[in-house]
Amino acid sequence: MAISYQLKRADFIFKNENDWEDVLSKSIKRTPSELINELISSELKGRGGAGFPTGLKWKLTAEVPNVTKYVICNADEGEPGTFKDREILSMVPFKVLTAMAICGHVIGAKEGYIYLRGEYFFLQPELKKAIKEFEYYCKEIKLDFTIRIFMGSGAYICGEETALFESMEGKRGEPRNKPPFPSDSGYMGKPTVINNVETLAHTYTIFKYGAKRFYDLGVQYSRGSKLFSVSGDSPKPGIYELELGMSLTDFIEEFGDGDTKAVQVGGASGFLVPRKRFAETAIGFQGKLVGISLPTGGSMMLFNSSRSMFNVLDNYLEFFREESCGQCTPCRVGCQQLLKGIKAVKRGEKNARYLDKLLRLTETMKLTAKCGLGQSVANSFSSIVENFREEMIY
Amino acid sequence: MYPVSELIRNLADEHGRNRHNLLPILQGVVEQEKYLSEYSMIEIARELDLPASEVYGTATFYSFLENKKMGKYIIRVCKTITCSMKGKNQILLAIEDMLKIDLGETTPDGTFSLLQTNCLGFCHKAPAMLVNNEVYTDLTPEKVRDILSSYLRKQKEGGSHGN
Repeated sequence: MAISYQLKRADFIFKNENDWEDVLSKSIKRTPSELINELISSELKGRGGAGFPTGLKWKLTAEVPNVTKYVICNADEGEPGTFKDREILSMVPFKVLTAMAICGHVIGAKEGYIYLRGEYFFLQPELKKAIKEFEYYCKEIKLDFTIRIFMGSGAYICGEETALFESMEGKRGEPRNKPPFPSDSGYMGKPTVINNVETLAHTYTIFKYGAKRFYDLGVQYSRGSKLFSVSGDSPKPGIYELELGMSLTDFIEEFGDGDTKAVQVGGASGFLVPRKRFAETAIGFQGKLVGISLPTGGSMMLFNSSRSMFNVLDNYLEFFREESCGQCTPCRVGCQQLLKGIKAVKRGEKNARYLDKLLRLTETMKLTAKCGLGQSVANSFSSIVENFREEMIY
Repeated sequence: MYPVSELIRNLADEHGRNRHNLLPILQGVVEQEKYLSEYSMIEIARELDLPASEVYGTATFYSFLENKKMGKYIIRVCKTITCSMKGKNQILLAIEDMLKIDLGETTPDGTFSLLQTNCLGFCHKAPAMLVNNEVYTDLTPEKVRDILSSYLRKQKEGGSHGN
């Protein structure tokens, strides 16, 4: 059993941003290595879901001797159940812009882009106004940094960093092979730091208060706070900033409707946790000492006992089938076959053992798909089929 | 000269004629025309000096870049998990009944097109839909009828609403 850490609320992200000019002008007077060390000692990990150490990402990009580099803010928030980035960009845009400019100072980039998903087109006017004001101040303090918005056009896969670069370069959003990683070859083949909106907002907190304030929150390997997007069968869906490391039991106590049967952690590409495993599951990054630790982009979808897990899985697979870019066979064909397969089992056209064959197919996808989309279909598929097999069969 | 050719030229002047300017140009055409005709794609290819197949390949990758004729107002109802759980189907039925079209169709007068889309990021206010770029959340069949009525009224008055 995981230790119960209790649910601890935090309030950094949405706290006022009126001091952004101060934070910016003070930060750019510090040396890049000083700022990198601050980030590394905060142990901030990427908040888009993958959890790569942010300080290391900036450091690797800073070390590449290249004249042209880019800072990109990934606002292609498309994971089902995630809606925090939109809130950050509309409530505290200056934190994100400031963090981008500081990143530019650290790695030596003069251009920043915000890749905004097409669905959030309505955010543009306000965001453009903020950028204008921000760039005006940059000129005043003689900081050479510009920010532009690049709109997406309704493709989930473009949240994958290399697909995002392809999209910005005017191509189909098809992920690239890695390596090379963005720190060496990103947008236009130049060294690029690409961070999630929330990650950038956290760096603002770290540069403002120092690494310790951030590090003191959370648990070992999972430091700091994180925004959670709560949806589904909850009496109070919404966005909450919580310390990492909490157990699912505590989370459900607070956000459940008393009849929670399962929680999907991390969106459609995440894991489903059934009620019997709430106590041993903690929310944070890998490497915790006890229990299972699930990383997440912050999507928490609650299902109560009125929901059919077959329908849930069916909905996810339909999503992946449509959003798969079609470039690699395991993902393109795999998603189609998984969807057909569970429907056939449900209708009684295939026997229940066919589910095991489908599980083996997800294992193959995990090993052979080119990017995170195809690889992560196995997460929700296996966690739903293994825990709710009785709901899948005829 | 077709007006769309002029639009494409203006967009190319504004954004540039390099490959990495392709998406903003495609988006600019869709904003005006609501879709990309074969003619538009060939014109864009000519303007940017790209193979038409490359323009077509890129355009058809993105779900918001339609390539068949659409109505003035494109309704996109979110169909992903939470919206689906919270009554997306009732919303669709209400729209279909009111506009007398099925999913994927456009009203004969070219006012509305009805589509579904993947997660809009309003799971906490499900069900949700987009009408062009406007978001509507916490939908009920009554509410959605009111919203569409207001568009119809605006349409009759000859004014424009949203974009």
